[in-house]
Amino acid sequence: MSKIILHIEDIKREFVMGSETVRALKGVSFNVNEGEFVTIMGSSGSGKTTMLNILGCLDKPTSGKYLLDDVDIMHLNRNELAKLRNLKIGFVFQSYNLLPRTTALENVELPLFYNSTVTSEERKERALKALQSVKLADRADHTPNQLSGGQQQRVAIARALVNNPVMILADEATGNLDTRTSYEIMSLMQDLNAQGKTIVFVTHEPDIAAFSSRTVMLRDGKVQKDTSNENKRVAKEALESLPVSDDY
Amino acid sequence: MGIFNLIKLALRALQRNKLRAFLTMLGIIIGVAAVIAMMAIGQGSKESIQSSLSSMGSNMITVFPQSNQPMGGARMGGSSFQTLTLADVTAIKRGAADVRNVSPLASSSGQSIKGGNNWPTQIQGIDTGYLEIRQLQIKDGIMFSESDVASSAKVCILGQTVITNLFPNGENPIGQIIRFNKIPMQVIGTLVPKGASSFGQDQDDVILAPYSTIMKRITASIYIQQLYASATSAAASDNPTKEITTILEQTHRIREGEDDDFQIRTQAELMTTLNSTSSMLTVLLTSIAGISLLIGGIGIMNIMYVSVTERTREIGLRMSIGARGIDILMQFLIEAIMISITGGVIGVGLGLISSQLIKSLAHWPILVSESSIILSFLVCGLTGIFFGYYPAQKASRLDPIEALRYE
Ligand SMILES: Nc1ncnc2c1ncn2[C@@H]1O[C@H](COP(=O)(O)OP(=O)(O)OP(=O)(O)O)[C@@H](O)[C@H]1O
Ligand SMILES: [Mg+2]
Repeated sequence: MSKIILHIEDIKREFVMGSETVRALKGVSFNVNEGEFVTIMGSSGSGKTTMLNILGCLDKPTSGKYLLDDVDIMHLNRNELAKLRNLKIGFVFQSYNLLPRTTALENVELPLFYNSTVTSEERKERALKALQSVKLADRADHTPNQLSGGQQQRVAIARALVNNPVMILADEATGNLDTRTSYEIMSLMQDLNAQGKTIVFVTHEPDIAAFSSRTVMLRDGKVQKDTSNENKRVAKEALESLPVSDDY
Repeated sequence: MGIFNLIKLALRALQRNKLRAFLTMLGIIIGVAAVIAMMAIGQGSKESIQSSLSSMGSNMITVFPQSNQPMGGARMGGSSFQTLTLADVTAIKRGAADVRNVSPLASSSGQSIKGGNNWPTQIQGIDTGYLEIRQLQIKDGIMFSESDVASSAKVCILGQTVITNLFPNGENPIGQIIRFNKIPMQVIGTLVPKGASSFGQDQDDVILAPYSTIMKRITASIYIQQLYASATSAAASDNPTKEITTILEQTHRIREGEDDDFQIRTQAELMTTLNSTSSMLTVLLTSIAGISLLIGGIGIMNIMYVSVTERTREIGLRMSIGARGIDILMQFLIEAIMISITGGVIGVGLGLISSQLIKSLAHWPILVSESSIILSFLVCGLTGIFFGYYPAQKASRLDPIEALRYE
């Protein structure tokens, strides 16, 4: 079996709201191996986003253990977490979060600005390569408002790739897109996974989860089911099978 | 993130909101322009007062007559008191060690005439040492001598203004006979022009003659209007003042506790008074200008808070991809500094232009010092840092998750 990229053990996260305490995660444990494509599913409010924020080092659990690429993040401070996010994690958001009035290329470059070991030529080169891998090299000079939603999300994926992270985290990355575009994004994700990238993908749509190799089902802050997907769908085939009349 | 990239980032952010950035800068621009112009006016007047005072002789001591009687009714002007005589001059000459030269001044206004030209001017009866005391110089001809004074010779030295008016065709005045209040006098010398004094008086509109001649033939009085002396050095003008006071109190028989019937003024004293007045003016004007800089700074703070709020999501995103608090802090701080420094540059330009305008339109003496420009930049930079810091710090302390979720 390959290397464990992500190890969480009895993760709890509580939000204190005045006199009330919201227990969003009530003890979650699982491992993710290098090269896995995991989807986290669950109904609204089950704790998916909270989980992903912790995995992405944007948030710290109230208690529990989290090892990312063998680094224990529980003892890291804000700056160390920022560095970890910069070097090991690529984030993809539901709402793309591209900087407005900034070209696709510059958006992709952004994470490298916060990595002082990357020179400006290297930055451009790597950003262009990342754009090529999402097939948007010809749109490098376009600003987000000149791109479709699917294209914007691909730029965001290129941005998540540019720093060569050990894993890509996506929160409802297809949530704002139509079926066809969602499948295109999933096809891209499968390509990246085939190249060896570890992906953790939050969704509440079962047909999106079907493209992954494993599904962790959350319910009320706990793992309800953790199943590997024997017959995972291939997004390219699914795309071809979509009725053409979809574009009306 | 490197400083170069941060500056680029800040420039771009400002470019996107050009009008807003400019309006924010306006406070700084006006403040800096005001500081530059006000300091230029203040220092210009100080400088011109200083140079004209030192051209009058910086170790000059003047003694005026003054009343020591308690007065009822109307106060009389200083020159109408008669307490100083030639005996005082002699006593000071003899008794004051720290005094180099002493001269009486017996002056009179009147009409000077040469042929068909006449000119109202002032004749000053003085001793030979007067030239040194007042820092005057003979241009052509010679100064009258001790023996001219002893014999009350009818000789005189002319100032440039008098020459111009009495000899309009440019004849050589030396050797000519002019008349002052009907007294014929031979011109034996001319003075190097001095121009206007710091009080706007034409210092060249004067005729100099031996005091004996004037007192005998024109003022016909044993009293003199003023007494001039020069200290051996400018620094030691305190000592001679004391010496003169003691001597005059003796010759005038002023008892202990009684008021003096004379008044001594030193040039150094006058200079300090004028200097402190103009420094006060500078401080006042500059602090008014400083207040507008403060208001400009508050404007920056305000707009930076708006900018941070507007870009909360951007901040969240930057943090999620690895920006540290310090990166965010620097991003906004540099933006604030850019606003204030750019405002400072424009303000300095505007200040220089308006200083020149004041100079050429109002004819005020203007002096733009490098230090005022450097000071303005420094203050601008500090304003940017000071007022930009709190909004920038607020940005850097945002929670990335909440910032990303911000609507
Ligand atoms: N910052 C917060 N403060 C208080 N409660 C929070 C906070 N974030 C999340 N929660 C609570 O934690 C629980 C889990 O929320 P979470 O956003 O993880 O759900 P989710 O599974 O992502 O839902 P959805 O599918 O709707 O996005 C919810 O009950 C939510 O109200
Ligand atoms: Mg969610």
